[in-house]
Amino acid sequence: MQKIGVFVCWCGSNISATVDVKKVAEVLKAEPGVVVSENYQYMCSENGQALIRNAIKEHGLTGVVVCSCSPRMHEATFRKTCESAGINPYMVEIANIREQCSWIHKDIEEATEKAIILGRTAIAKLKLNAPLTAGESAVTKRALVIGGGIAGIQSALDIAEAGFEVDIVEQSPTIGGNMAKLDKTFPTLDCAACILTPKMVDCAQNDKIDIMTFSEIESVKGFVGNFKVEIRRKARFVNEKTCTGCGVCMQKCPAKKGLNEFNMGLNNRPAIYIPFAQAIPNVAIIDPEQCLKIKNGKCGLCSMNCQVNAIDYTMKDEIVEREYGAIVVATGYKPISLENFNEYGYDTYKDVVTSLEFERIMNAAGPTNGQLVRPSDGKHPHVITFIQCVGSRDTSGCGKPYCSKICCMYTAKHAMLLREKYPDTEVHVFYIDVRTPGKNYDEFFRRAVEQYDVDYIKGMVGKVYKEGDKLMVQGSDLINDEQVIIPSDMVVLAAAIEPNPSVRKIATMLTASIDTNNFLTEAHAKLRPVESPTAGIFLSGVCQGPKDIPETVSQASACAAKVIGLLAKDTLKCNACVAHSDEMICTGCSVCENVCPYGAITYVDKEFRLGGGKTEVRRVAQVNPAVCQGCGACTVTCPSGAMDLKGFSTKQIMAEVDAVCKR
Amino acid sequence: MEKSEQIKLIKERSGTDAKKCMKCGKCSGRCPAYADMDIKPHQFVSYIEKGEIDKLLNSKSLFTCLTCFACVERCPRGVAPAAIIEAVRQEVIRMQGENRVKAEEIPEIVDDKIPQQLLVSMFRKYNK
Amino acid sequence: MKFSYYPGCTLKTKAKELDIYGRKSLEALGVDFEEIKEWQCCGAVYPVAKDEVATKLSAVRTLAQAKEEDGKLLTLCSACHNVLKRVNEDMKSDDNMRLKANNYLALEEAYNGETDVIHYLELLRDYVGFDKLKEKVVKPLTGKKIGAYYGCLLLRPNSVLAFDNPENPSIIENFIKAIGATPVVYAMRNECCGAYVSVTHKEIAEKKSANVINSAKDAGAEMLVTACPLCMYNLTENGKGAMEVKYFTELLAEALGVKE
Repeated sequence: MQKIGVFVCWCGSNISATVDVKKVAEVLKAEPGVVVSENYQYMCSENGQALIRNAIKEHGLTGVVVCSCSPRMHEATFRKTCESAGINPYMVEIANIREQCSWIHKDIEEATEKAIILGRTAIAKLKLNAPLTAGESAVTKRALVIGGGIAGIQSALDIAEAGFEVDIVEQSPTIGGNMAKLDKTFPTLDCAACILTPKMVDCAQNDKIDIMTFSEIESVKGFVGNFKVEIRRKARFVNEKTCTGCGVCMQKCPAKKGLNEFNMGLNNRPAIYIPFAQAIPNVAIIDPEQCLKIKNGKCGLCSMNCQVNAIDYTMKDEIVEREYGAIVVATGYKPISLENFNEYGYDTYKDVVTSLEFERIMNAAGPTNGQLVRPSDGKHPHVITFIQCVGSRDTSGCGKPYCSKICCMYTAKHAMLLREKYPDTEVHVFYIDVRTPGKNYDEFFRRAVEQYDVDYIKGMVGKVYKEGDKLMVQGSDLINDEQVIIPSDMVVLAAAIEPNPSVRKIATMLTASIDTNNFLTEAHAKLRPVESPTAGIFLSGVCQGPKDIPETVSQASACAAKVIGLLAKDTLKCNACVAHSDEMICTGCSVCENVCPYGAITYVDKEFRLGGGKTEVRRVAQVNPAVCQGCGACTVTCPSGAMDLKGFSTKQIMAEVDAVCKR
Repeated sequence: MEKSEQIKLIKERSGTDAKKCMKCGKCSGRCPAYADMDIKPHQFVSYIEKGEIDKLLNSKSLFTCLTCFACVERCPRGVAPAAIIEAVRQEVIRMQGENRVKAEEIPEIVDDKIPQQLLVSMFRKYNK
Repeated sequence: MKFSYYPGCTLKTKAKELDIYGRKSLEALGVDFEEIKEWQCCGAVYPVAKDEVATKLSAVRTLAQAKEEDGKLLTLCSACHNVLKRVNEDMKSDDNMRLKANNYLALEEAYNGETDVIHYLELLRDYVGFDKLKEKVVKPLTGKKIGAYYGCLLLRPNSVLAFDNPENPSIIENFIKAIGATPVVYAMRNECCGAYVSVTHKEIAEKKSANVINSAKDAGAEMLVTACPLCMYNLTENGKGAMEVKYFTELLAEALGVKE
C-alpha cells in the first residue's frame, strides 16, 4: 500500500479565487492511501517545497500528488523536490487545477468539485505508478541552422564561436537574406551591406561553419541530441568548388531576360548569374528555365568562356545526410503578395511599389544605381506618398491579423532618406498608428516629422488611381476631418510580412508547432521564447514572429546560447516514460514500426521456449529506449495490445478515466 | 423606448460589430459620397459605439449614402459602415410621417426615361 | 441544362435592348434557356437591414421557382443579380431569414438557397467561354475603344457576389476583347454612378456620372458598356449625353450578327 501525500497550491489568487483549496485538501485527505493533505499559498516557492520535503520524511511518503498549475510549468520542479527527499521523481503526479480548472471556470462550487475530481484522478494514477529510471543518450556536437539571413548568420557565428561545428542550409543561392537587400538600417542609418557583409564573410571563413546554399531540408529523423537530416543540394550547374566568381560567364550569357530576384524583379539578369556582388558563396548559378543550353541544347557560351571549367549542364540534385545535436530554425519572412489589395493599384501602375522594392531603388547597388527614378518612365519623382499597414492588422481575410512591427520604422527611414537626399521632394505618409517602441525609435520617427518635414496623415487610403501623369492617392485625413486626394509621382506600400512559405513543410518535418499565421510557436511566450516545445529545436528571427534587425540579432544570439548549452553536454537524460513491448503478446505485425516518428522500433527474430524442450522463433518488436520519445503512437496502433508506455500505461489511463467518471 | 434599447436594436439591425473598428478611416478614404455627407462613414461606426444616436438620426448622410458598399468591401476589420447607415436610416423612415418621397410628387420629379428599377429602389430606400 | 431566364421589370419596359439582344444572342450561342415561370420583381434593391424579411420574399419566390426548374437562374440586370444573389445567400446562411421566409411562404418544399444565381456575363465566361464566344463572332467590333462600366452591384460585396476581383475586375474587358473590340481600362469603372439618389439629389448623380465619364474619356474610351438600366439612366441622362453608353447585350448581338 502506498503512502500518498497531497499538496494543494493556491497559486496566490490564481487558483484560490475560484477553487476552495482548503476544501480540496480536506476532501482528498479522505481518499484511501492518502496519509497527508496540505494546502499552501505558493507550493513552488522554497517554503512550499520544504513543506513537501518535510511531509515526505515525516510520513514516509511513497508518492506525491501536487494540485497546481500545468505540468508543463512545474512538473520538473516538483520531481526535483521529491527526488531530493528520497522519492523516485516518477512517483509524482500533477493535477492541473489552474489552466484546466480555476482559470476557465467562474462558479466556485463547480470549480472546487472539478478540482477534487482532478485530484482523485491523479491519486488513482499514482497508485499504479512505478519508479522509473531515465537512460542517457549521447549528444552529437554539431548544429544545423536552417536559413542564412541575419538570424541564421548570427546564430551560426555564435555557435561556432563556442567551438561547435555548425551547418547553414539556405534555400537561395546566397546567404544574406532580406537584410542584404536593404539600403540603410534604422535607427542609426548605417548601411545594411556595411554591417552585414562582414558577417557573411566571417561565416564563409570560419572553419567551423559549413554553408550549403541553394539547398533544402529533405527529411528529419531522430530527436534532441541525435537528429539525422537529409539535405537536398539542388543542382546549380556550376561547380561551387572550382568557380572563382570572376563573372565572365555573366557577360557572355546571351539570355538576359531572367528577373533579377535580388532586385525584386525590377531589372533583369542573365541565365547564369551571381546574385549580387557580395554574395556568399561568390559563385555563379544557372537558372535552368532561362538557360538556352539546358532548354534546347544550343549555346554553351558560358562553358566555353569559363577558365576553370566550372560549368556542368548535366549537374543533378544531390542528397547529403548529416547528424546534428540541435536544429535552429531561422527561415525568416517575405512580404505578402498584394493581389487582395488592388485598391492601391500595385498590379495596375508601375510606379506603385512595395517598400522592399523601394529599398532596391534607393540602394546604390540597386537597379537604378541608387538614383531615385520612377519605374515607369525613369523620371525623377517629386511627390512620394507612403501607405502603411498594407495587409497588416487586417481581419477581413484579405491580409494578416497581426502588426508587422517593422513598417512604421522603415517607412520613417525611407521618408527621411528621401528628404535628406532629395530636398526637392514632398513626402506624405498615411498611417493608422505610428508604433515606435524601442530605444531611440520614437525620437527617430519624430525627426522625420520635425527636421525633415515629412507630412504624416492619420488615416487610410481608399483608392489609388491614375489621372494624367499623376497617381491620385485618395484617403482619409482623420485629424483634419476631410477626404484628401494627393497627386503623387510614386506610391510606396508598406506590405505586411509573413513567414517564409517553406516553414510549414519544415515545421512538419521537425514536429515543431506552428500558429495560425504560420509563425513557429515558442515553448513559453515569456520564459522560453527561443525554444520550440519540441526538444532540440530552437527559433531564431522572424520565423517566430515579426521583429526588426536589432531584435532578430538578440534573439539569434539567445538562441545560440541555448544551442551551446545543449551541445556542451556529453549526454542527455532520456525520457523515462518510453514504450515497451510485451514479447509474449507481440504478433510481429510491424504496425508500430511504421507509425513511430522517431525510428525507435525495430523487429528481431527471437527464440522462445515453448516447454518440453521445444522452442520457436518469432518476430517481435523491440523499442530503443534512447530513441523513444514516449509519444504513444505505437501503443494506440498496436492491434494486439503488446505495446505499452511506461508512466502512461493503459491501466493507468483507464484508472484515471474511472476516477473521473466515479461519483 | 430607452435610448440604450434603441441603440441595441440599431446595432442588431446593422448585423455588424462596430467594436472591431480600429479607427483607420479607410471607409471614409474610399467613400465616393464623402463630399455630400455631414457625418462620415467612419463617424457612423464611432458614434454608434459611443451611443451618440441623436446625431446620427438627424444626419443628412442617411440620404446621400449611395449604399455602394465600397466602404464594406475595403474595411480591413470586416466592419460594414454602410450597414450601420442603413440601420439608422430604417430607424428614421419607419417612424410615422418620416417618408421622404410622396407618391403624388412622383409625376413632377421624374422624367419619362427613369427606369422602374430606380423608382422602386428609391422608394425602398426613402420610404416605408 | 436549361437556364431559367430572369428578365426583371425594367427589361420589359425601359431596358428592352438589354433583354431582346440578350435573348437573341443566347439563341445564336446555342444556350438552352426559358423565361422563368411567374416571375416577380426582385425588389430592385437589396434590403441591407437584418430585420427586413418581407421585402426579400419576392426574390425568394423567384429563387424557389428556379429550383423547381433546372436550378440555374440567369440574370441580366446588375441590380436584379445583386438582390437575387444576396437574398439567396441569406437563405443559405441566415437561419433567422430562412426560418421566417419558409414559414411565411409555406412552399411545398422548404427553400434553403439551392439555386445558382448566374449573371449573363458569368454564363459567357464560365459556361460558354470567351474563347468559344470569339469563334462565334461574325462581325467583330474591330477598332472600337470601349470602357467597361462595372459600377457597384456586380462587384460588391465580393464575399457574396464572387463575381470578379472587386478592385481590378477583368470580365467585361475580356468580353470586349472576345467581340473584337479594344477594352479601355479606366480608374472609375467600379465607382458608383449615383444610383437611386438621382431622384432626390440629382446634383449628386450628375457629379458621380461625370466622374465616371471623364475618367473613361481621359483613358481614351469612345463608348461605355453596362449591364444595369439604372447605371444606363444616370450615365446618359445625368451624364448629359457626354458619352455613348450601350448595354453589353446589344454589342454582343451586333458581333454575333443577330442585331437587325
